[in-house]
Amino acid sequence: MIVFRYLILLLVGITALGVVRTRDTTCQVLALSFYGLLLAVMFFVFQAPDVALSQIAVGAVALPLMVMLALARMKHSSEQQKKKQEAK
Amino acid sequence: MSGAWRIRIFFLAAAGFACLYFLAVRNLPPWGHYRGPYGDVMATSSVFQRHTTDVVNAIDYDYRGFDTLGEEFILFTSVLGVMLLLRDPEKNKGISRTGNMGQATRFGAAGSYAALLVFGLYMTTHGQLTPGGGFQGGVILATASMLIYIAEDFRVFKRITSHPIVEALDALGAAGYAAIGLSAFLFSAPFLTNWMPLGKTGDVFSSGTIAAISACVGLEVTAAFLMLGYTYLEEIVSETGEGG
Repeated sequence: MIVFRYLILLLVGITALGVVRTRDTTCQVLALSFYGLLLAVMFFVFQAPDVALSQIAVGAVALPLMVMLALARMKHSSEQQKKKQEAK
Repeated sequence: MSGAWRIRIFFLAAAGFACLYFLAVRNLPPWGHYRGPYGDVMATSSVFQRHTTDVVNAIDYDYRGFDTLGEEFILFTSVLGVMLLLRDPEKNKGISRTGNMGQATRFGAAGSYAALLVFGLYMTTHGQLTPGGGFQGGVILATASMLIYIAEDFRVFKRITSHPIVEALDALGAAGYAAIGLSAFLFSAPFLTNWMPLGKTGDVFSSGTIAAISACVGLEVTAAFLMLGYTYLEEIVSETGEGG
């Protein structure tokens, strides 16, 4: 089991770096979701299943969903602004 | 400032941080060797005092129930704020049916939705026995409904999630928690006293107010996340004029 603990900690570290290094925002949200899932696995390995469940619900599903929806809205607004400027 | 200097300053700061970090974690107890007294006391006494097998829920909804009440109202007020700022009854009145999904997607989503619904209900009602509880179950129930949006379209999603009943359930869940807490006054006991019959340990209807509060929280969280998801989606759909 001790190998799993080190392995998951290492994976969480690498994935966190990956999330920061991702430049495209849509990809970054997906990376964040995967990172949330890995964090949940980490909590489970360290024997905190209650926290792991909350982490899956909030970190891997609800938060990426909200960010994704907000991004879609922002992208659309900026596209519309561009169109308006071109029309002028 | 040139790039080379910027990198040098970064390494200086990183070295300082590494030193402080090492000093901070050097004397931490190893994993599994908890030094405080409360964890061991709770782990041994909650089964006998509250007939719960999941200590985390016994703490959340009973021993520190007042804190959780505050946390529940944080969610309640923040969703209320989002509603006040974003909701507009005149929005997207003329959205026609768009985004027709394939049969395979619709079939798969319907099956997954049923499974997730059962899982969410199980989570909400078995918080006192196994890991989980009202909050986790509520989020599962609410996010599962996103599958309706994927399988059908925005109009179907809107008909289900923007119903006044959802708002009423949100208020009912939040008020139910407070009412259970206040009901202890009828027995001249302090706020949030666990006065309901504790039942048999391991039974679904055990642990008294813990199960009841967990169900209330489940209701509140489900309704709150449903309204939040709907309002956010409405923002996009009304802007882009697409329902799919």
